Amino acid sequence: MIIREHDDHFDAIVVGGGHAGCEAALAAARMGARTALLTMDEDKIAQMSCNPAIGGIAKGHLVKEIDALGGEMGRNTDKTGIQFRMLNTRNGPAVRSLRAQCDKKQYRLAMQATLRAQPDLTIYRGTVDRIETVGGRVSGVVTGAGARLAAKAVILTTGTFLKGLIHVGLNHFPAGRAGEDTAEHLSDCMRAFGFEVGRLKTGTPPRLDRDTIDFSVLTPQPGDDPPTPFSFRTERIPMLQVCCHLTYTNAETHRIIQGNLDRSPMFTGVIEGTGPRYCPSIEDKVVRFADKPRHQIFIEPEGLDTNEFYPNGISTSLPVDVQTAFLKTIPGLERARMLKPGYAVEYDYFPPRQLHPTMETKLIEGLYHAGQINGTSGYEEAAAQGLMAGINAVLKIRGEAPCILDRSDAYIGVLIDDLITKDAREPYRMFTSRAEYRLLLRQDNADLRLTDTGYRLGLISGGAYRRFCEKRDAIVQERERFRKTRPKLTPEFLARAEALGLECLGAALTLEGLLRRPELDYEAVMGLVEVEGHHDAAVRAQVEVQVKYEGYIHRQSHDVDNFKRLESRRIPPDFDYTSVKGFSREVLEKLQRVRPHSLGQALRIEGVTPAAISLLQVALERSRRSAA
Amino acid sequence: MKAGDTICAIATPPGEGGIGIIRLSGEKALDIASAVFVGSGGRAVRDYKTHTLHHGELRAPDTGERIDEVLVAVMKAPRSYTCEDVVEFHCHGGPLVLRLGLEVLIHSGARLAEPGEFTKRAFLNGRLDLAQAEAVMDLIQARSQTGLRVALEQLRGALSDELGRIREGLTRLLVEIEAGIDFSDEGITFISPQALAAGIEKVTERVEWFLRTAEDGRIVREGVTAALVGRPNVGKSSLLNALAKADRAIVTPIPGTTRDVLEEFVNVRGIPVRLQDTAGLRETQDIVEREGVRRTHDALARADLILAVLDGSAPLDPEDRRMRELLREKSAVLVVNKADLPPRVEPADLTGFAEPRRIVWTSATTGAGLDELRDAIRDTVLTQGLEPSEGVLITHLRHRSALERAKTSLDQALVSVQRHMGAECIAADLRVAINAIGEIIGETTTDDILDRIFKEFCIGK
Repeated sequence: MIIREHDDHFDAIVVGGGHAGCEAALAAARMGARTALLTMDEDKIAQMSCNPAIGGIAKGHLVKEIDALGGEMGRNTDKTGIQFRMLNTRNGPAVRSLRAQCDKKQYRLAMQATLRAQPDLTIYRGTVDRIETVGGRVSGVVTGAGARLAAKAVILTTGTFLKGLIHVGLNHFPAGRAGEDTAEHLSDCMRAFGFEVGRLKTGTPPRLDRDTIDFSVLTPQPGDDPPTPFSFRTERIPMLQVCCHLTYTNAETHRIIQGNLDRSPMFTGVIEGTGPRYCPSIEDKVVRFADKPRHQIFIEPEGLDTNEFYPNGISTSLPVDVQTAFLKTIPGLERARMLKPGYAVEYDYFPPRQLHPTMETKLIEGLYHAGQINGTSGYEEAAAQGLMAGINAVLKIRGEAPCILDRSDAYIGVLIDDLITKDAREPYRMFTSRAEYRLLLRQDNADLRLTDTGYRLGLISGGAYRRFCEKRDAIVQERERFRKTRPKLTPEFLARAEALGLECLGAALTLEGLLRRPELDYEAVMGLVEVEGHHDAAVRAQVEVQVKYEGYIHRQSHDVDNFKRLESRRIPPDFDYTSVKGFSREVLEKLQRVRPHSLGQALRIEGVTPAAISLLQVALERSRRSAA
Repeated sequence: MKAGDTICAIATPPGEGGIGIIRLSGEKALDIASAVFVGSGGRAVRDYKTHTLHHGELRAPDTGERIDEVLVAVMKAPRSYTCEDVVEFHCHGGPLVLRLGLEVLIHSGARLAEPGEFTKRAFLNGRLDLAQAEAVMDLIQARSQTGLRVALEQLRGALSDELGRIREGLTRLLVEIEAGIDFSDEGITFISPQALAAGIEKVTERVEWFLRTAEDGRIVREGVTAALVGRPNVGKSSLLNALAKADRAIVTPIPGTTRDVLEEFVNVRGIPVRLQDTAGLRETQDIVEREGVRRTHDALARADLILAVLDGSAPLDPEDRRMRELLREKSAVLVVNKADLPPRVEPADLTGFAEPRRIVWTSATTGAGLDELRDAIRDTVLTQGLEPSEGVLITHLRHRSALERAKTSLDQALVSVQRHMGAECIAADLRVAINAIGEIIGETTTDDILDRIFKEFCIGK
């Protein structure tokens, strides 16, 4: 980490060293921008503040996409992951998703090493108190120590640190994370610029001492063997693989929690911010689903050489003595020693409809927001935004066209479009059901969808791109072979087919036709026809997915065409909605608040009707023609 | 909203008219027209010169069934009303023919136009000048407000309630499936494949029921064609006149007086019925009458309903018995006329002609039995017992195509469940069905699925 004292002019400054900040800084520097990363504590860069896992359903898709675009999260997880599990294997490949438990410390260190080795990237220690602008454009930042740093672009990735307030029971104190400072002045500065500010809440469970957990009574949850890596560029998983464990709460646990709700900041109204419904605290679960006899808890290691264990499922902000009491009721945790109590944290965020799809703020040119500052939750959501903000900041400095992924390109596109279009009432997390074109946006084809873009941006190396192109060509050739090869209808073949219960084998049958049958997979077809399969497992898997899903893919592609047509109808940023006659007041207010960039986005705003879109369309065309 | 696709609509005012025009506009207008129009000159529509008029037949491309004899006007882009390729079909007037024509175009790839959409395209493509823009906007606005009123009326009706229930049933299934996908690691038991299949089947039944009532709705709105058939002089023309209460057909006791197909529109219990009198089926040497018989066969082929007429005062003859074959193929009512005269036909003679409830004894002379005949006609064409006063399905062709899309997707979803395909495939099919029904009742779905998952399941670690 080279800290150059007198260097105070940059292309891009990234404020914050979390998962969004790391991707933003790496992308900017890798694209050749002189970049600074400002952090309160460089040892905490890439800290996993909450659970020790990367990925999960839909989040794993994001990690794969980040990787295909040349981001770091996937590779860093592969380097430091100690358990990999493919989730949703009961369902089809489109909704399968990878999750990895990481060694938290190693994750942080590996990412820090990558940042340190990155040319054009400087790491500064300090807070930012003010953003400076000249004529509506960002010009730099002023640090807490009073230093001025000039930049053409500033990317804010401040996480939970803006006016962070930690609650444990009815006690609360300012902090971004337990034991860390908070950034008090920056959000005031942003308010003064005219940004709308909101308040959100999230929570984390207590941490437990490994030596005091009785693993003998817990259900082991092993990982996949062999583990699958996240990155298309990873060859092997280096770390030792370990087990997680499963236990449950019970009636006694629930009784203790119920009896202490009057000491919960959530239920006494002390916490004002809105928490996520998909990640409720244990007290919330006990109250809202009172008839549920038990709730599951995954006992996850935070690393190989740490005693800290993460009980996933009992995030709480109850007082410490209540946490201690209810832990004792849980099988395997009767004697567990609490290393750190669980807590809730409230923080400022800036509702992200104030952003362009490039993550640039509409109020200040050159200022970008990424991560929890936009009201999202999750490492993966943050990293995806950081990457896109970093990329677009550099493209803008260069005067080039922005890189905007839409809802049919990537989960990243769904994420950003949702953020800038919809009013989130809780921290935003990705789910596969948010993606309309879910069968097209698979984790298995993230490279096919996005590697070209990553390479064009300069984030994918020539060597990696060449290997990708070889794989892509191989898939095309293998599909061609499947379309063209007709098995000879020898008695042996027919006997094998009959043994499998296959009927109606017509003369026009091809390998593809066989693979399309629900009872046959790639290997079964190879065995049936007695031909050699492709040597690369990734190619085999891709051919199988493409053939099996073909009907659905075809239908969704048709929907995508219609979607793209509406997306391509742009709305000028300064369009005067009051000039359109016939909008209801509600529609007018919503359009003015979001200021959509396309007719497609306008249609996705809650409460905007198709009739209003027709009006808008005609008005746009009229203004275009009167301008011409 | 989907500029680029090809739209069609009936361009002439609704109701009876000498000529009715169906207009087709968009990228594929020439291709679609080429597929459905068989020109007398033999060439395809796409090869016609622009701004020319051609004679030929409108046919259903899959079955080859002839819809109507038409004139086709071709106006190629940009010299047309919408600045796109436009083809107009000048058909014989009457809602039935125009509806069939429209259906053929939609099956061939066109989409039913939104209200005012041709005008909107004309404007967007620069066909209308700026001074006209305000008028266009007002028009579109006015139309959408009308549309809103229509929607509200339907929302009050039983039909929308039923559609809402179908959609709710589907949403409930989708919530289960989506929860199973996005939260499969939450240790919650989600819906079983058996329960899922049962749920889909149940909703499918409702959709099918609705499709059948939609058919009744169309009948109530657009009417049916009924052909009167029977050997000469059994009283077909008298019945027609009695039902129409007007002396339209020439009525004489001489067999074969009716030489052409005469028709009359009558209102039968709220259903518009185009009642066609035919020349009968007698084998004859008379050239004029033979032509009449040929036309009778055509009319029978086209009719939605056959009213087969016997003379109750004369014994059945072989020609009467031949009609039995005819009645088996179509919806039919057997009318035993001349009930005022001494009967020579026994009820036992009528077995094999029609079910007893489809047999009516009438007297065109005294008017006896005409009410029963009207009831029998209504009960035969309306299969779902829908009251004609509920004819609220104003944009019905769009509704039906949406329901058909829903039905297709539900069938597909069921196959996917039975084949143990992934939940994501079943979800994709259910979403198509939900959106199709949402189009009719004007509700769109998306985020409420997640909202409901959070409400119904204890999610979260």
